[in-house]
Amino acid sequence: MSIFVDERTKVVVQGLTGSQGRFHGLRNRAYGTQVVAGVTPGKGGTDVEGVPVFDTVGEAVAATGADASFVVVPPKGAPGAILDAARAGIRFIVCITEGIPAQDEALFYNTLRREHPSTRLLGPNCPGIISPGKCNIGITSGDIALPGGPVGIVSRSGTLTYQALHELSQQGVGQTTCVGIGGDPVPGTSFIDCLAAFQDDAETRAVMMIGEIGGSAEEEAAAFISDHMTKPVVCYIAGVTAPPGRKMGHAGAIISGSQGTAQAKMEALAGAGATVAQNPTEAGERMVEIVKGLT
Amino acid sequence: MDLYEYQGKQYFARFGIPTSPGGVADTVDEAVAQADKAGYPVVVKAQVKVGGRGKAGGIKLADDADEVRRHAAAILGLDIRGHVVRRLWIEHSSDIAREYYASFTLDRAAKLHLCMVSSKGGVDIEEVAATDPGAIARLHVDPVDGLSLDDAAALVARAGLDAEARPQAAELLRALYRCYVEGDCDLAEINPLILTTDGRVHALDAKVTLDDNAAFRHPEWEAFAGTEELDEREQLAKERGLNYIGLSGSVGIIANGAGLAMSTLDVVNQVGGAAANFLDIGGGANADVMAAALEVINTDAAVRAIFVNIFGGITRCDEVARGIVEALGRVDLRSPIVLRLDGTNAEAGREILADHVSQRLVVEQTMLGAAHRAVALAGGDR
Repeated sequence: MSIFVDERTKVVVQGLTGSQGRFHGLRNRAYGTQVVAGVTPGKGGTDVEGVPVFDTVGEAVAATGADASFVVVPPKGAPGAILDAARAGIRFIVCITEGIPAQDEALFYNTLRREHPSTRLLGPNCPGIISPGKCNIGITSGDIALPGGPVGIVSRSGTLTYQALHELSQQGVGQTTCVGIGGDPVPGTSFIDCLAAFQDDAETRAVMMIGEIGGSAEEEAAAFISDHMTKPVVCYIAGVTAPPGRKMGHAGAIISGSQGTAQAKMEALAGAGATVAQNPTEAGERMVEIVKGLT
Repeated sequence: MDLYEYQGKQYFARFGIPTSPGGVADTVDEAVAQADKAGYPVVVKAQVKVGGRGKAGGIKLADDADEVRRHAAAILGLDIRGHVVRRLWIEHSSDIAREYYASFTLDRAAKLHLCMVSSKGGVDIEEVAATDPGAIARLHVDPVDGLSLDDAAALVARAGLDAEARPQAAELLRALYRCYVEGDCDLAEINPLILTTDGRVHALDAKVTLDDNAAFRHPEWEAFAGTEELDEREQLAKERGLNYIGLSGSVGIIANGAGLAMSTLDVVNQVGGAAANFLDIGGGANADVMAAALEVINTDAAVRAIFVNIFGGITRCDEVARGIVEALGRVDLRSPIVLRLDGTNAEAGREILADHVSQRLVVEQTMLGAAHRAVALAGGDR
């Protein structure tokens, strides 16, 4: 099994006719994902290597039965694209767009929460989701993932998500699903959403969680792990050596005052019973040991 | 981007938030001219982006031009916790009856805006939060609904503001919310928000942090851009569109993605080295970006080795490889590069680099291996 997506998921790529949309949309299709449509306002009726393009998500859904969307549009257009997908009844939206203003994120997050409660947004500013061998929506290179489980991965950082996949795949440990939730201030899907889904997924036997400095999402995840997780969790937090008060690339990655330090997060997670590693390689090694111990 | 107080007050004024009349001065003579215009007594305030200005002697009251002259001369050039004062804000001194606090920011846990109001203003609000949390009234605001006047009025009452200040304070909160939302602030804070002896409520200070991601819809922010406190390399990096933070070690770092860049810093540290910088070339970086990143790091005399750590996703490793080759031809790199390349088009990237591998360009298979190598090279005799 997998979480949020599987081999039946039908994907519409919003922004398929752009250079990034084309590259990653077609790569997702080549991986085996059912990429059934593209959307670019004004380009309806055309196609990209056989994938039909529509003017709106509504038209794409009506014609193809798409139930998930991959938003690859610039920051200005992303909020409109996300809401267009939700209105069309898309249940799972992946938005990889980097650089969306926080005010826009807060507004569309709460609009979705109230008006489209059954729609899940992943991102923005995330690498997407991959269920190895079944479905890849986003910018993750499919060849670094290994099908078959038993590990679920959830990560706040894009490239560290790839690193985590790589560390496990190199050791022959497969993944059920790998979810990059993104490093922006208002992520549509949280650590807790993913931890809960992995806890409920029979095939997932252990979870790797990659966090970073800033905010309190890891501390909240720690409380959830302590209260609700029976499966083993291995964690790594990036930014131990980050200086306070400087934004480390992600809008969310900043230590302000005593808030959001890697140390505090690692202590909270260790206190919740998670295994805390010092670097991505060690996280991979610890997970390999745990998987070996599973019967 | 953090604004100076005077910029924050100018920004507030756009949204109708009342402030004291005043102006900026870069010299003693300008300070006197601004004071004459604002009307005595005046307050002479150092413009630095750091707290504790008052305690450091950066805020002084002046009753006449001679006093302005004396204070301005003393404050200009003053070093306040590493920030040298180059500009003053001169404003008419207010007769303060009461000092309050008001702010808007995003509560990331609740995913809603958070308004905080306190009748205990003028002091460090984090201290109030720690010692007397009950003194801060909080209200979550859903951006779909916005802040109603009724909610604002109830909040200032709950915060214990004096009855005569409440109607004005509620109106001011609504204006501050507009400033925060329409003005794309990460933080809009007034501390202190004052009630004057003649019954007016206005902002005596302004702390505004703008969301850089929203710059595309704020052409007026250009006016703030040249005034940021960046060191030379950070300035250069910014011009090249790179996300660079200077640190004090000897291993230059280039990585794609904030998380990987942070992790690279950590790993270099764990194997006994120290990073010279944080540099995230971002998603989708191409050859030009890679070359620019190497150029920026090359200007850092402390750098003895450069660790390029790339895990391609949206970033394509062949593009990165081309950038490195281009930079090798364009820039006279002072330090060897240790490269680790994985992910999208990694094979193609390694092929491009195969002809260029030398003592100056080392390719390592793993992140940890590359960190060891870079730290060893940085520590070697050169």
